[in-house]
Amino acid sequence: MGILRGKLLPPVLAILFSALLCGIALVVSGANPLRAFGVMLSQVGEGTTAVDIINSTGTYYIAALAVAIGFQMNLFNIGVEGQYRVAAVVAAVVGGSIALPPGLHALVIILTAAVAGALWAAVPAILKVTRGVNEVISTIMMNGLALGLAAYLIGSDVFGELRGNNIRTPEIPESGWVPGISFGSSGTVFGLVFLAALLGVGYWVMMNRTRFGFELRASGESATAAAAGGVNAKKMVLIAMLLSGAIAGLVSMPEILGRDHTYNLNFPAGIGFSGIAIALLGRNHPGGIAFAAVLWAFLDKSGLALDNVQVPREIVTIMQGAIVLSVVVAYEVVRRFELAAQQRQVGRQLGTVDAA
Amino acid sequence: MSTTTPAVVLSGITKRFPGVVANSDVHLSVQVGEVHALCGENGAGKSTLMKILYGMQQPDEGTIEVAGKQVRFRTPADAIKAGIGMVHQHFMLADNLTVQENVVLGAESLHGIGGKARKRILELAKATGLTVDPGVLVERLGVADRQRVEILKVLYRGAKVIILDEPTAVLVPQEVDELFATLRGMREQGFTFLFISHKLDEVRAIADSVTVIRRGTTVGTADPKAVSSRQLAEMMVGSELPSPETRESTVTDRVVLRVENLGLVAAEGTRPVLDDIDLVVRAGEIVGIAGVEGNGQTELVETVMGIRKAHHGRVLLGDKDVTRLGTLARREAGIGYIPEDRHRQGLLLEQPLWANRILGHQTRGPVSKGQWLDLAGAKKDTRRIVDEFDVRTPGIDVAAVALSGGNQQKLVVGRELSGDPVLLIASHPTRGVDVGAQALIWDEIKNARARGLAVLLISADLDELIGLSDTIRVMLRGRLVADADPATVTPEDLGSAMTGAGATSAAVAEHAPGAAKASESEGE
Ligand SMILES: Nc1ncnc2c1ncn2[C@@H]1O[C@H](COP(=O)(O)OP(=O)(O)OP(=O)(O)O)[C@@H](O)[C@H]1O
Ligand SMILES: [Mg+2]
Repeated sequence: MGILRGKLLPPVLAILFSALLCGIALVVSGANPLRAFGVMLSQVGEGTTAVDIINSTGTYYIAALAVAIGFQMNLFNIGVEGQYRVAAVVAAVVGGSIALPPGLHALVIILTAAVAGALWAAVPAILKVTRGVNEVISTIMMNGLALGLAAYLIGSDVFGELRGNNIRTPEIPESGWVPGISFGSSGTVFGLVFLAALLGVGYWVMMNRTRFGFELRASGESATAAAAGGVNAKKMVLIAMLLSGAIAGLVSMPEILGRDHTYNLNFPAGIGFSGIAIALLGRNHPGGIAFAAVLWAFLDKSGLALDNVQVPREIVTIMQGAIVLSVVVAYEVVRRFELAAQQRQVGRQLGTVDAA
Repeated sequence: MSTTTPAVVLSGITKRFPGVVANSDVHLSVQVGEVHALCGENGAGKSTLMKILYGMQQPDEGTIEVAGKQVRFRTPADAIKAGIGMVHQHFMLADNLTVQENVVLGAESLHGIGGKARKRILELAKATGLTVDPGVLVERLGVADRQRVEILKVLYRGAKVIILDEPTAVLVPQEVDELFATLRGMREQGFTFLFISHKLDEVRAIADSVTVIRRGTTVGTADPKAVSSRQLAEMMVGSELPSPETRESTVTDRVVLRVENLGLVAAEGTRPVLDDIDLVVRAGEIVGIAGVEGNGQTELVETVMGIRKAHHGRVLLGDKDVTRLGTLARREAGIGYIPEDRHRQGLLLEQPLWANRILGHQTRGPVSKGQWLDLAGAKKDTRRIVDEFDVRTPGIDVAAVALSGGNQQKLVVGRELSGDPVLLIASHPTRGVDVGAQALIWDEIKNARARGLAVLLISADLDELIGLSDTIRVMLRGRLVADADPATVTPEDLGSAMTGAGATSAAVAEHAPGAAKASESEGE
């Protein structure tokens, strides 16, 4: 129970605190915070919002897992943003230009995306291992390059085609689609949302049950102890970065294979950065990340309703930022409180006898 | 005997941790200008008591008086304001900062961070015997110098009462003498010291009074001049002082480790850290390396372990050339490794004990199967180590950081002797453990040796080195300069050979001086 309290209390406190902050911001700007929050909550039942939240959760979850793998060994992959974009273009181009039986076609596209993401991440990984280049800087630069590369690849004289006033890659034939679960007028849940869940389970197993997960965590906790224990730091950086990139590559798969069937100019941006915040909020734990991803998706999608009550929708962005900041503080506060409580409890149990 | 107010009085201190009562109703009174020693078994609660005095931990019960006034320290900053400073058992320096940055960090308001601070550091450095430039990165310093930086840090903040938690564990006798000279000098100037050590001879040499702690409570205070080490040990544990004497030789002629012509250069254009090292360790043999800290022992060990890459020369394990192999492959080939600094290299402090059992063995049973960890196996074997090595812990699920220093060491030793290694590289294997545990570790090493284990032993404790080793090699400035016969050599002879003062005894055979490089010179 104490453990549960230590793990759950901080994010709850952080969310309440940031809700309070946003409430104050709303009051200052002349709106009624209770009404605003009420609108957001009731929005979940409206139209396709609930399904949108689920779909968006899946996407965020994959992005945050990609970030979390790097975080485990203090490797900051800021490049998820670029990795998933490049992977999306490449996978869409490949998927639209091959013909394969259903199922296999989708599988090839997914694998292509993973490989493309990994290759894009390989550049900063190799730079770090061979030249000691800080991965934060190199991945940020790779994000810039990714934008340019994607724009180039969908150019109509390269792989793209012009449709109306939108440029996109050729449509992936139906054999490459992944069907979803339809809820009629409430929308369709992407089939690949389950891929996200599967990745989460895989991530937990990897971190807690495999040699690689152990070595990853050891490297993150103490590089010197890991080295003395025979963990090869360069190899770990390389593998962790490639794995992170491969998972990042999957971020847009639910949408592309489930709805868009193409990469176009309206491709969503910023998911990689949200992934960083979500991984932080979820403390790199697969369950924590899932919770954080749901929250993020809820704020995003329900926040759209704020316009209806004349509240600026940007308040949601403020809230997301406030949550991440306060969660860091809350963990520390609760940790100290916990320790003190635990000691008082043990003291009562033991009396003052015997130290062994 | 005096009527002056004591520098520090602790009364009725009680401190509980989950599953453990670290201090229970402790009373301690320290006079101004004395060196007050604190002795006790591993896990007796010495470090905890000192952390309480230093404001790092809050007592559950009890009061602290400094210079006659009752105080409450909520943080070390409060303690520093009251003139109390602490040098920890495990150093707390930032590797990637310079000496000056480490010293000034958090005390910028005293003398700024520039030239004035540097000047003050250089003034104080003399008192601690630190000779390196304040601009040097701490990661380049050896353990002895790191300690001097820690003392410097405390002095810089104006401490009058200085806590030294096992300061001599990392020092060779000459350095201990230097430290004691420093302490005596500072005592004259009115500094007060609280001094923790497991080496009872040292306690008797430097301390004006000694308080013994057993299982969290004070057993009593004694005059160290009036009691023998044996009596002190009995106060602590009720057992006798062990001796590391090895009886009959078990040396075979099967070579396990052969180091040929090994060389290592730290930076271009500087004197090599390792200079043509040739070394052989046979099955059943313990080869001891004697040397003042910083003469290349660390580098030798890390090169043999594959943590550093040799510039030339070969390392052979049995008939197998392992020079190009990484650390993991060498461990898999049967090398166990007790690193000199258990916190930096030996343990994952935030992880439970059983996860620490896996470190270094992650590719072998009983803690893993192929790519999978075997948690049940790891936990079972951790319990075995806890039992066999008498690791005092409430359980194997607690984080390693919750163990006392000596108990952490026992865990590391137990792990490295697991899985039947053919070669054990032991850097200061009993650093920080109490006399009882020391005997236990010695016995374990001797038993393994009788079963054919080859051991390369590095130790600052010359009694340990002489008592355990079958062969002793003396290391100076990156070279093996002399051999000593452990059957006849005395710590004094060995000590002077280590400082390069030349052989003073027939038991030390210096290598032909012609082999020495003509270009050899002091310093850079
Ligand atoms: N942070 C902590 N959490 C839980 N238990 C702790 C913590 N710190 C110390 N302990 C426990 O308190 C007891 C006393 O530890 P302490 O470090 O004071 O021993 P010590 O006398 O310094 O021993 P050593 O000679 O081995 O350094 C031990 O049983 C230890 O496991
Ligand atoms: Mg201690």
